[in-house]
Amino acid sequence: MSLLRSITAATLAKDIRLEWRSRDAINSMLFFSLLVVVIFSFAFDPNAEESREIAGGLIWVAFLFAAVVALNQTWARELRNQVLDAYRVSPAPATALFVAKALGNFLLVSLLEALMAPLFMIFYNLRPLGPAWQLIPVAILGTWALVVNGTFVAAMSLRTRSREIMLPLLLFPISIPAIQSMVEATRVVLSGDGSARFWIVLLLTYDVVFTTACLALFETILQAE
Amino acid sequence: MKKAFPILAVLTALLLAYGTYQALVVAPTERTMGDVQRIFYYHVPSAWTAFLLFSLNFLASLQYLSGAKPSAKRVINWAVIAIAVVGAIAPYIPMVQKQLPEGLYPSSVATTAIMIAVLYFLIGKFFTERSLDVLAVTTAEVGVVFCSIVLITGPLWARPVWGIWWTWDLRLTLTLVLWLIYVSYLVLRRFSDSAQTPKLAAVLAIFGALDVPLVYFSIWFFRTQHPQPVIGGGGSIDPRMLHILLLNWLAFSCLAFLVCWLRYGLEIMQRDVHEAQALEALLGDEGLPQTSARGRSPLNKTPSRMGPA
Repeated sequence: MSLLRSITAATLAKDIRLEWRSRDAINSMLFFSLLVVVIFSFAFDPNAEESREIAGGLIWVAFLFAAVVALNQTWARELRNQVLDAYRVSPAPATALFVAKALGNFLLVSLLEALMAPLFMIFYNLRPLGPAWQLIPVAILGTWALVVNGTFVAAMSLRTRSREIMLPLLLFPISIPAIQSMVEATRVVLSGDGSARFWIVLLLTYDVVFTTACLALFETILQAE
Repeated sequence: MKKAFPILAVLTALLLAYGTYQALVVAPTERTMGDVQRIFYYHVPSAWTAFLLFSLNFLASLQYLSGAKPSAKRVINWAVIAIAVVGAIAPYIPMVQKQLPEGLYPSSVATTAIMIAVLYFLIGKFFTERSLDVLAVTTAEVGVVFCSIVLITGPLWARPVWGIWWTWDLRLTLTLVLWLIYVSYLVLRRFSDSAQTPKLAAVLAIFGALDVPLVYFSIWFFRTQHPQPVIGGGGSIDPRMLHILLLNWLAFSCLAFLVCWLRYGLEIMQRDVHEAQALEALLGDEGLPQTSARGRSPLNKTPSRMGPA
């Protein structure tokens, strides 16, 4: 167990250090989601009442697209110097690598959300009418739902042709229930009609089911050769 | 086996023709919808066939993955047995029985649960690791075709009856999401041409199957909040209509089986050719003994033998 934890910690620390030095992913994600926010507001031009209804969808679609940017470069980095091959022949457990990568992506996307959410609030004049604290579990569970499957699917699409486009093609259909839950929960909280409890429970179920599946099947994917 | 193919083909053609005749001429006209309702005899059998094929794909993928490790195989086998036992007993417990939607009998739930386990073990018994993957490709492809038929005939019926082409109703959305998942499955198979494609595809099939209940709950909750036009609205079906529906389902299942059979043979043949080509490229012309390996090589097969093996 301690071996698992130390390998996870080492890989995670390495990824964070790399990202801190280059800041490639976070910068491109930030700029990308900023563009999405601006373009959406031109495309819909909503008033305060309308934006409460549609903001949940806009926020999560922007984050989903931005997350794909981060997910695509997760494994590509490891291919360059055959790091992944080295990992494959080492006795280290595959799940440790997966958990580290998923956590790294989770931190990156969470940071993006923390920076972009205030901007959304300003641009769309949002003021939640429901219990605002519920947005925190929705954001955490929703981000994990995107990132855990995204990290897994990115590893799957590593050995396909045109892998950059394969990731969204494989990830989006599976993520439909998670995205619907996030969007609906955010909409309910912002507009203040109804309770978000069902959607949070559904997100939690989604997270538990797919985290288990990813951990169980990741070794098959990594060793598939 | 090969001789059975033309016989089955003729039988299927006759069955389809008879089913069409029954659906278009013999079946009573529906009172409110009129003749448009007759599309039902193609729509519903296609849907059932597609779902059956997708379940087969899931079971084949599960068997394929479980073959990788004996310990995993044991766990999955016991899990399937447990699901069958729970699925067969649970619907008869009064507390669970109350939760079942109206029109769904406990016996049909129990039968489905047992059938899934039986199919799983049958597939594991009769297919080797290589042919399991071929079965998965075949069922996914043919399933997507039937699912597309469902998605095309549905709006054709909905437009005159509901007045709209499409609505985000529970069944419609679930079918569409299922279609999307399986199209992404086929895209993965198309874009990945290495030796590990079967494993990746099998994993994706498992993920898709895990997704379906979650999609169901998310749409179910979403739609109960937003009233929508509902299909049929309970009521019982005329027994004559039911007979024709079941007859058409039999015909469609035969057709699906026939197409799967053809596609299965073609896929096996294609893989044999690929392997033979790879071997030939590896060994060169002199490397292969002329009589033994060359004679059996699929590259030398004549086109007349291209039928299902």
